Amino acid sequence: MAGKTLYDKLWDAHVVQTDAGGTSLLYIDRHLVHEVTSPQAFEGLRMAGRKPWRTSSVLAVPDHNVPTTARAAGITDPVSRVQIETLDQNCAEYGITEFKMNDLRQGIVHVIGPEQGATLPGMTVVCGDSHTSTHGAFGALAFGIGTSEVEHVLATQCLIQKKSKNMLVRVDGKLRPGVTAKDIVLAIIGKMGTAGGTGYTLEFAGEAIRSLSMEGRMSICNMAIEAGARAGVIGVDETTVEYVQGRPYAPTGDNWDLAVASWFDLHSDDDAQFDKTLILNAADLVPQVTWGTSPEMVVGVDGRVPDPAAEADKSKANGMQRALDYMDLKPGTAISDIHVDKVFIGSCTNSRIEDLRAAASAIRGGKVAANIKQALVVPGSGLVKQQAEQEGLDKVFVAAGFEWREPGCSMCLAMNADRLEPGERCASTSNRNFEGRQGQGGRTHLVSPAMAAAAAIAGHFVDVREFG
Amino acid sequence: MEKFTTLQALVVPLDRPNVDTDAIIPKQFLKSIRRSGFGPNLFDEWRYLDHGEPDQDNSGRPLNPDFALNQARYQGARILLGRENFGCGSSREHAVWALEDFGFRVVIAPSFADIFFNNCFKNGVLPIVLDAAKVDALFKAVEATQGYELKIDLVAQTVTTPAGNSWDFEVDAFRKHCLLEGLDDIGLTLQHAEAIRAYEARRRAEAPWLFN
Ligand code: SF4
Repeated sequence: MAGKTLYDKLWDAHVVQTDAGGTSLLYIDRHLVHEVTSPQAFEGLRMAGRKPWRTSSVLAVPDHNVPTTARAAGITDPVSRVQIETLDQNCAEYGITEFKMNDLRQGIVHVIGPEQGATLPGMTVVCGDSHTSTHGAFGALAFGIGTSEVEHVLATQCLIQKKSKNMLVRVDGKLRPGVTAKDIVLAIIGKMGTAGGTGYTLEFAGEAIRSLSMEGRMSICNMAIEAGARAGVIGVDETTVEYVQGRPYAPTGDNWDLAVASWFDLHSDDDAQFDKTLILNAADLVPQVTWGTSPEMVVGVDGRVPDPAAEADKSKANGMQRALDYMDLKPGTAISDIHVDKVFIGSCTNSRIEDLRAAASAIRGGKVAANIKQALVVPGSGLVKQQAEQEGLDKVFVAAGFEWREPGCSMCLAMNADRLEPGERCASTSNRNFEGRQGQGGRTHLVSPAMAAAAAIAGHFVDVREFG
Repeated sequence: MEKFTTLQALVVPLDRPNVDTDAIIPKQFLKSIRRSGFGPNLFDEWRYLDHGEPDQDNSGRPLNPDFALNQARYQGARILLGRENFGCGSSREHAVWALEDFGFRVVIAPSFADIFFNNCFKNGVLPIVLDAAKVDALFKAVEATQGYELKIDLVAQTVTTPAGNSWDFEVDAFRKHCLLEGLDDIGLTLQHAEAIRAYEARRRAEAPWLFN
C-alpha cells in the first residue's frame, strides 16, 4: 500500500464516521471566530435552543471592522459598532474566550491563532474566513467555512465534509536575495491560476519551503485559497516546533513531550501518491507584482503588463482587457513605470514581525515619495506591534513618513475607514486584488513587504534587489 | 431551509469568469448582523452607477443599463448563468444570501469555488456544473432568445432546454437529499452525538493537549 500524504494523515485522524456515499463527519479541534461571519450563526444557535458543543475550542476576536486609530474613543461607525458589540455579547453569553478590541492580544484572527499557540500541529482548524488556510503552515488541516458551517461547528464540533484530492507543490533549490515567501506564492498562483487548486489540498514542500521561517510559511499557506484550494499544508519540522514552544496555549510538561513526539510524524510519507504535482525552481523566481484584478494576473518586477491581443483564448483575453481597463494600464508598460498613490503594509498575509522587519529594512533611510498620498503600516496584532516597537521599527516607519497604526484587517478589505478612493492605485501586501477590494474603484497591486516599502520610497515599483 | 425539487425559470447571463464574492456582495454590506435583506445590494458595484451603503433606500439609485440584471428582458430570472470559477474569494455566506434574497435558486457554471459551492446547499440554492461547451452554448442561446427558460429537475438531475435537449448533472447524494427535503444538517449531525462523544473520548486519551 502506498504511503499517506500529510493531508491523508490529518484527515484520517479526524474522521468521526463516513457514510456509504463517502461523506464524513470531521471533528474540529480549534474554531476561530470573528465579528463578520458569526452573528447569524449565534442567532441560529439561539433560535434552535442549542448550545456550543465545546466552548474551550473556540477563540474569538474582532478584526475586520475595528478602527486602526484612536481606539480608546471606541467605534464611530454605528453599523460596525453593533457588529463588534454583538460579538462581545455572544461570547459573554456562551462563555467563549474573546480578545476584545482593546486587549493587547487582539489582532487579525490568522495572526493571533499561531501567535497564541492556539493553532497547533495536527489540529483541524476552522474559521468563517477563507484565509484560514494560513494555519496549514503548522501541519494542521485548516480551512475557511461559511456562516452555516460556523453554526454547525459551534453546535456539533464537527463538519460534514468530503475528502479533497492531494496536490504537491514543490519548490526546489534556494531563493535568491530579495525574493520572499510572498513572491513564491504569487508565482505559484500565476502558474496554477486561481482555480488550479479547486478540489485539492495543496502541500507545499521542497528545499525553498523548508528554509522559510514560520512567518514565511504562513504567507504561503495564506494564499492557497487564491489558487482555489481550501487548504494548504506544510509538514512539521524543527522550525515549527521551535515556533510553538512556550506560547500561551501550547502544551507544557509531559504533554509537550507527548505532543512533539506525535508531531514529527506530520509529513507526507516518502512513497505517498499525489493526484497532481507542480514543481518550481526557486532560483528562477524574481519579486512579483500583480497587474490585474485576480491574483493570477502577475508578472516579475522586471516584466511588462501583458497584451490581451497575444492571448489565444478569447474568454481569457476579454478578462484581461476588462482588468486592464479597470486598472487603467496599457499593455507593454514596464512594471517599474507604474506609479502608486498609496501603500499598505499589513493583512493576514504580511503583517507579522518578520514582514515588518523586511519592510523597515527596505526603507534604507529614505523618505516616502512626494506622489504618495498615504503609506500605512498596520501590524497584525497588538503583540506584533509591541515587539516592533521594542525593536524600534515604528520609528523607522514614522521617520520615513509612514503611518503606524493599531492592529486589524484595515485596508486589506476596507471595511473600516482605511480605504482607497476611486481611481487610486495601491502597492499592497495583502492577498486580493479584486475590483473594489480596497475601496470602490481602487486599484490594487499585490507585492511583498519589501517591495511595498521600496515602492513607497521610490513612488513607483522598483526591484528591491537593485534598490537602495 | 426551503425545499428544492424542480424549477422552470428565466435565465440571466453573467458573462465574466472569476466572479468573486466581493463583487457578489461588496464588503460594506457585511456589517449586517442579519441573514436577510441582501438582495437589493446583490452585485451592487456592477448594478448601480453610484456607491451604495448599508441601510440606504436603493429604489432611487441610478442603475447601470449595461448590466444584465437591470435589463427588462431578464426581470424575474431565477437561474443565473455564469463562467469559470464562480464565487471565488472570501467565505462570506452573504454572497449566497444575496443571490437567494434576490430570487435566484440555481446557478449554472463550468466551475465553482469550493466554499461558495458548499454555502449554496446550506441555503436552498442549487449550483450546477455543466461542461464549458454546454455553458457556452447556453450563453449564446440565452442572448439570442428573449424569454429563454430552463427546466431544472433535481430528482432526475437534469437541465432541460426549451428545444427539449436534456443534460444530466452531478450532485452529491447527501446534499441532494438535504435539498429535496429541506433538511437542517445540524439536526442530522446531532443524531450522531454518541459517535462524536466516543471519538472525543478516544482522542482525549491519545492527544490530551487538544482538549485544554
Ligand atoms: S487581513 Fe484581509 S484577508 Fe486577512 S482576514 Fe482580514 S480581511 Fe481577510
